[in-house]
Amino acid sequence: MSLTPGLDRSASTDESALLEVCNASTTFATDRGSLRAVDDVSFVIKRGETLGIVGESGSGKTVLSRSILGLLPRSGVLQEGSIVFDGTEIVGAPDKLMRAIWGAKMAMVFQDPMASLNPVVRIGRQITESLRLHLDLDRSEAKATALSLLEQVGIPSPKERLRSYPFELSGGMRQRVMIAIALACSPKLLLADEPTTGLDVTVQAQILDLLSSLQKERHMSVILVSHDLGVVASRTDNIAVMYAGKVVEIAPTATLFSSMAMPYTKALVDSTPRLSQPSHLRLSPIEGRPPDMTTARQGCAFAPRCSFATDRCRSETPPLVTSPSNPLHRFACWNPLNSISIGESS
Amino acid sequence: MTPSTPTLLSIENLVVNFSSGRKTVHAVSGVSLQLNEGDTLGIVGESGCGKTTVGKATMQLVPSRSGSVSFDGHDLARLTRKELRRTRLGIQMIFQDPISSLNPRRKIRDIVAEPLDIWKTAEGAQREQIVRDALDNVGIDPDVALDRYPHEFSGGQCQRISIARALVMKPKVLICDEIVSALDVSVQAQILNLLQDLKARFGLSILFIAHDLAVVKNVSDRVAVMYLGRICEFAGSDELYSHPAHPYSEALLSAALEPDPSSDRSRIILTGEPPNPIDPPSGCRFRTRCPYAQDRCAEEEPVAQEISPGHSVACHFPLLRTNS
Repeated sequence: MSLTPGLDRSASTDESALLEVCNASTTFATDRGSLRAVDDVSFVIKRGETLGIVGESGSGKTVLSRSILGLLPRSGVLQEGSIVFDGTEIVGAPDKLMRAIWGAKMAMVFQDPMASLNPVVRIGRQITESLRLHLDLDRSEAKATALSLLEQVGIPSPKERLRSYPFELSGGMRQRVMIAIALACSPKLLLADEPTTGLDVTVQAQILDLLSSLQKERHMSVILVSHDLGVVASRTDNIAVMYAGKVVEIAPTATLFSSMAMPYTKALVDSTPRLSQPSHLRLSPIEGRPPDMTTARQGCAFAPRCSFATDRCRSETPPLVTSPSNPLHRFACWNPLNSISIGESS
Repeated sequence: MTPSTPTLLSIENLVVNFSSGRKTVHAVSGVSLQLNEGDTLGIVGESGCGKTTVGKATMQLVPSRSGSVSFDGHDLARLTRKELRRTRLGIQMIFQDPISSLNPRRKIRDIVAEPLDIWKTAEGAQREQIVRDALDNVGIDPDVALDRYPHEFSGGQCQRISIARALVMKPKVLICDEIVSALDVSVQAQILNLLQDLKARFGLSILFIAHDLAVVKNVSDRVAVMYLGRICEFAGSDELYSHPAHPYSEALLSAALEPDPSSDRSRIILTGEPPNPIDPPSGCRFRTRCPYAQDRCAEEEPVAQEISPGHSVACHFPLLRTNS
């Protein structure tokens, strides 16, 4: 890849882990007490792999991605556990260290491209900024790279667009520019937090296809955060389902959909209207609402809304255990679906 | 389409333009729709296609340039202000953002009772009873809710309260503009089910405007697909989703994502984005993105033609049904 001068890839073998999240918790101090937004989350992402993180609003998926990025405020936040990215511990890392990682090795694409782009700076300069900083390119080299990036993300007449301001572009085009900026320094990990939520269906499909083709081309790892199971279903290797700050189920994508074990995952799928269903089919909503995260809980957080809940669910918190039928499939449930029996807790 | 149910709300050749500086935005360009009694009519399309403007123009919240909206035998555009306010009571609108549609400084009791207060239809104990019933109907416990403020409720509950307020004046028609798009899927399903229940119970007719194809299919009897200010296809919902005849409907359906990794249908990815409604393309407005476009599409505007009973499409080259 011509865009990665000075980046050493030989050291990394293909199958090695790029990101290791181990018992990570993030707690905020709020007026109503402490709020554990991410609660004891562990997972590993290998190089070139895509992990989808799904959950409803307030499930902690955005706080988790900010924790991985080291983008949380300094005060009022307690981070525990460890997040190791490419050999570097992120938790508690000083800003000086993070600045060498942000943009260069780890980049992000947020939901609202208008809010993420600087409205008074031309597109070209916003792309070249990180190229000049991290890769030490001179002006003309940076400009040439920016041009090729705009081409790669499918922006028509890229030369003219370099001189455009964000307001002159449509939502889909702005999101493409955001992707170009994120990819400028060939990061190893791309965090896309609801990258298509504000976009139209036809444009959403374009952006997701673009992301997955660029990912394959660059052998980049991607975390795709979305509230929409449809978005993550077709473009991920693994999916983690979050509820009330915890990862309640994590599995290879095909396994998750074919043999989901956690009743919450199934309830989420069942409550989504499908094109394949006839009209006026009665939907199965999840009654009730997610728990208040500031109050202490006993047992499984989903138990009050779960139709399979037993006394044990209400008193003991289920650990994330490995499925006996698939070592890559883990879930946190005392009464898993598909009659998967739990062996000894891990 | 079914002659047995009378048309309640009829939109004929509606044109709405907005001026943007010296230019004109062609938001809605000749839309005709009929909402029959007891029916749910879905309008689906991407942002900027004019679906919200159709809803607002129906309520006369934005002035239409030409065309008519008749409700219950009255042409709404020809009524005086006073008559319009009275007649329009029969149509109520619910909006996308449930939290900003409720006044944050008023109690739920007063929010739901506001239509009653404005029209002085009920006072005292009677007013209280109507409000309680309305909240009960939407699954909100009045004893808990009445003296609270909107911020104490979740998005789904606020949307229920908005629906309660809309139902207080016993409307015949509800216009629902993206009412579930700000909600989580589990809550979205609750609201969609509630809407079906209320429709059956109060004999409502619903104009359901949304961008989500699966949601529209779930609630609607008939669906209109809009693109850049025009209706490109109109059919019963099961018919439309199984046999889309307009290339745009086909592309829209194939771009929709399903929560199922095995459902990787042959996808038609449209290139580009909808053109600017300030300067819509000549002829068929979809031709700039249409994979099947030919010269004729640029020269001649396609008119809606019925391809099977109740299924009309505005395309020179509609997709033919493959008989299997």
